[in-house]
Amino acid sequence: MSEPLARVRAWFQGGTLLWPLLGLAALLAFNLVWSPGFFSVELREGHLYGILVDILNQGSKVMLLSIGMTLVIASGGVDLSVGSIMAIAGALAAALVTRTGLPFVAVVPITLLAALLAGFGNGLLVAKAGIQPIIATLILMVAGRGVAMLITGGQILTFDLPAFVYLGNGHLFGLPFTVTIVAAVLAISVWLTRRTACGLFLEAVGDNGRAARFCGINTTAVKLLVYAVSGLCAGIAGLIATSNIKAADSSRVGEMMELDAIFAVVVGGTALTGGRFSLVGSVLGALLIQTLTTTMQNLGVPPAISPVPKSIVIVAVCLLQSAKFRGQIGGLWKGKARP
Amino acid sequence: MKRLLQSPDLPLAATLAVLAVLFTTASCLYDGFFSMRVVANLFGDNAFLGIAAVGMTLVILLGGIDLSVGSVLAFSTILVAKLIGAGWPPLAAMALAIAAGTALGLAMGWMIHRYGLPPFLVTLGGMFFMRGMSFVVSLESVGISHSFYDRALDLGIPIGGKGHLSLPAILFLAVFVLGVVLTHFTKFGRNVFAIGGSESSAKLMGLPVGFTKVAVYGLSGLCAALAGVVATFYMGSGNPAFGVGFELDVIAAVVIGGTLLTGGVGSQAGTLTGVLIFGTLQTALVFDGRLNSWWLRIAIGGLLLTFILLQKAISSRAATAQTTH
Amino acid sequence: MSGGASAPLLRIADLSIAFGPVKALDGAGLTLRAGEIHALMGENGAGKSTLIKTLTGVYAPDSGRFEFEGRPVAPKSPRDAEAIGISTVYQEVNLVPTLSIADNILLGRQPTRFGLLRKSQIRRRAEAALGRLGLKLDASRSLSSCSMAEQQMVAIARALDVKAKLLILDEPTSSLDEREVEFLFGVLRRLRDEGVAMLFVTHFLDQVYAVSDRITVLRNGRFVGEHPIAELPRLKLISAMLGREFAEMQHLAESAHSAAAGSRAPLLEARHISHKGTMNPVSLDIAAGEVTGLAGLLGSGRTETAKMLFGVTPTQTGEIKLGGTTVKIASPRDAIRLGLAFCSEDRKTEGIFPDLSVRENMVLALQSRRGPLRLMARKEQDTIADHYIRALRIKTDSAGTPIKNLSGGNQQKVLLGRWLSLQPRLIILDEPTRGIDVGAKADIEKLVQSLRGEGMSVLFISSDIEEVVRNCQRVVVLRDRRKIGELSGPDVEAGRIMNVIAHHE
Repeated sequence: MSEPLARVRAWFQGGTLLWPLLGLAALLAFNLVWSPGFFSVELREGHLYGILVDILNQGSKVMLLSIGMTLVIASGGVDLSVGSIMAIAGALAAALVTRTGLPFVAVVPITLLAALLAGFGNGLLVAKAGIQPIIATLILMVAGRGVAMLITGGQILTFDLPAFVYLGNGHLFGLPFTVTIVAAVLAISVWLTRRTACGLFLEAVGDNGRAARFCGINTTAVKLLVYAVSGLCAGIAGLIATSNIKAADSSRVGEMMELDAIFAVVVGGTALTGGRFSLVGSVLGALLIQTLTTTMQNLGVPPAISPVPKSIVIVAVCLLQSAKFRGQIGGLWKGKARP
Repeated sequence: MKRLLQSPDLPLAATLAVLAVLFTTASCLYDGFFSMRVVANLFGDNAFLGIAAVGMTLVILLGGIDLSVGSVLAFSTILVAKLIGAGWPPLAAMALAIAAGTALGLAMGWMIHRYGLPPFLVTLGGMFFMRGMSFVVSLESVGISHSFYDRALDLGIPIGGKGHLSLPAILFLAVFVLGVVLTHFTKFGRNVFAIGGSESSAKLMGLPVGFTKVAVYGLSGLCAALAGVVATFYMGSGNPAFGVGFELDVIAAVVIGGTLLTGGVGSQAGTLTGVLIFGTLQTALVFDGRLNSWWLRIAIGGLLLTFILLQKAISSRAATAQTTH
Repeated sequence: MSGGASAPLLRIADLSIAFGPVKALDGAGLTLRAGEIHALMGENGAGKSTLIKTLTGVYAPDSGRFEFEGRPVAPKSPRDAEAIGISTVYQEVNLVPTLSIADNILLGRQPTRFGLLRKSQIRRRAEAALGRLGLKLDASRSLSSCSMAEQQMVAIARALDVKAKLLILDEPTSSLDEREVEFLFGVLRRLRDEGVAMLFVTHFLDQVYAVSDRITVLRNGRFVGEHPIAELPRLKLISAMLGREFAEMQHLAESAHSAAAGSRAPLLEARHISHKGTMNPVSLDIAAGEVTGLAGLLGSGRTETAKMLFGVTPTQTGEIKLGGTTVKIASPRDAIRLGLAFCSEDRKTEGIFPDLSVRENMVLALQSRRGPLRLMARKEQDTIADHYIRALRIKTDSAGTPIKNLSGGNQQKVLLGRWLSLQPRLIILDEPTRGIDVGAKADIEKLVQSLRGEGMSVLFISSDIEEVVRNCQRVVVLRDRRKIGELSGPDVEAGRIMNVIAHHE
């Protein structure tokens, strides 16, 4: 094999950002040919409108979830409860807004604190009680929506508080406000993981938790922290989702979004087994999912059918990450399989 | 005491105790709860949950997980309804639906085994795929009207009192008995336990690891599809949006039944108990009338938490007993 | 069979197998007869486990002759090998702990009727198999309730249930105590008298001489020689295993002892530290600038003692003084903060971060001591990594290579670099040379001596008594999870250590 080709292959296998970028580019190229209006963006009243802007706006929730999920998965765990935490956060915020008349600036921190604590509870089960992450977070996934309905009394609570509505529907710098939120959360989390040693510790814990403890890393604290952050991200996403429809709908908010978030993380190049992670990759993965969904809507495919291509992408990504599958494919290229 | 805590039957005993306490409490609180009719309905109303749980128990004993059962259930209901609407004989429609679910299970099992992919992600893919395919079959729910269904619903075995085992209940019990035999009385079942207990040992012992894994996911698909068929009896229609989150109920029932998610430990009897706990809670909420449906979710979550912590306590107790041995 | 006792049961010759560019076996050979216990000896990397895996059908050889009972065979899987009569008992017992003893013995070949298991018959057959080994166990018990020795017996019973003609025992004694080993040997002798051939792999020399009839030695994948036990005394066996390196090692031993120190002030004093069920109260001193050895057989409590000192296992009694002041070491974090370092024997689960780079593996402990917020500058990380890559002669493409791509010896050196970069006052080395090639072994031993020269204290743990003698100025001897003696200066020699272990009552 020639030298440049080997280097490209190394990048394919090692570079985590390449796959989601490639997928995104392929989708955009497809749209360039098949749906002409896809790239048109217009400026109205100082705000940008267009399909691309919609993708950013609608994808914001999964992007936020995927940031927290990346950290949890990097630690060797998984968080199934984020959809339910979104419902709890939405229900709590709506209830506080409609029933207490607290100012929105007070409602936000209270809600986010509740979401953080919910995530922290998951962390306690995983890090202190030593329960498998899938199970530990399954508990809140099952019970969380019940708790949310308990808060709202089973009704769909509607509100029209301008500040709350702005959160998910307003514009800043010509772009939807949600874009700013995602950018800020992403920037802070990248800074915290890459400009401090937190990211390295997290990768160490996910790669080999026992060895991390022997190196003097407080593995319990690391795990508690990532689940708490995942809860926090879910809280923000829950506020946005609730603001989007100006109502807290506890049974539907964030439904199946935990799976989209996990999917985004895996597409973004972070392995489910933990260790190495890429926050930017996960956000790109989330964008890829949203673009896929929007593209199909654009083509007139009923949204209900959109899981089918999603499932194909998941399985394809799994296969590409499988050493055995790569061996087979590599074998095809070289004509002889390696042991 | 130490021996008791180490006993492998303790989780099952605890589950049975919870069921007994729940049932007794509900019988004391609500008039007419303690009757054969309620008991018969427990089996009938939870038949599709129970049938899917039999398959899920095998998957979890194997050390895997199957997130696709809810979607397979939905696909099965809508396919049966649509095909009967198109003039197919009901039994042929059901056979095709069951074959489809089994095929999906086998395909997922093959990918998990052949390429060493994580079951969580592969079955997540299966879940998305089948949910989408359900909507491909029909975007709306489809009613079933066929004389076969009318006759089937008249079937039933009286069990005394005003109790009447309906066809779904009979199917559930039949699947359960088959599940017990397969899981606990055959070589295949022992192999499932062995792989769940230690896959590398199972391989070195020369057990058919690949075949067993693929077959177990196939069986889970079969059970989920059969559960969908049973659900059509129950609903009289097929619905592509049916059973969202159903996989969680199934997993919860299995875990409450004392089957460890790490694999290798558990029983079908425990799963039956878990399903009945689920059903008893649901029935009690209906009888009460004052409590809302969300209490069910919270109660199930609470039970899950309790049981998981209990299992943890038992296994760590056993571990310390072992080291001081 | 007409050939009588001398007809070989198994004959292997010119066996070669390569993984990529590495030749794991290069013309290996082995001949076994029915009714003998045959020891297979060799250093790590000599090709013992590859040979066993070829015998059991896990690997297919690239070339070579493989005859069993006079017929050429080529087993393709462990199942195939069992079918022709070759069974294996592995080092880590490969059974299913969650199942019963009976299930474990008969898994895969349980008797059935109409497809249903015949449970009472299964239990009877399992108990009969155990009875053949002279063991009375309730076969319905869960395997996880059995001691390690019992599990080993279950594994042997399983292997024999297939009517094995050849039984391969891969390090069967590594987790057994002396009494259990004696019992195992009794079982092996009984099987030998029944005509079973056994291939016995171990690193305990005493055990080889206690039980085997003949020895085959492998080195670097090649057949070195086959000898009846009486014709191969220990020293010859060792030099056959080590080849010419042996002389070099002896030379090193002399240099270590010429520098033997007198009594120095203790850096660390542990008094009656214990953990119930793990280690009985033990007291020991580690002098500044000295290499202190912990000697004893496997299971004597060496690693357990080290783990108490490093805060991995909490101490339940006693106290630890460091430089004269009492300290509390409740976690590895505490220990690191106090200037201790611990290089674990279990490189895979307690040492490396496989997906992280050599550089990251190297700086993690130091970074963790500095806390999460002050990330070490990339330049500083590179300096440390480059320094130790050069100083320890680590073979790696670059500091950015994932550590999993390195050989075992080089991984071990990276871990040494990790702990040395802390510039600890005391470094605990638990089996630092296990599973690595001879060259790296010599490098590490040289390093230990130079650390002492720099005034660092070392606690050196090894199951290889010769290695302890070569490296240590003082040796604490453990047995059955207690300290039974201490030797220093000129008293540190293999014979005396073994004497202490053997004769203490």
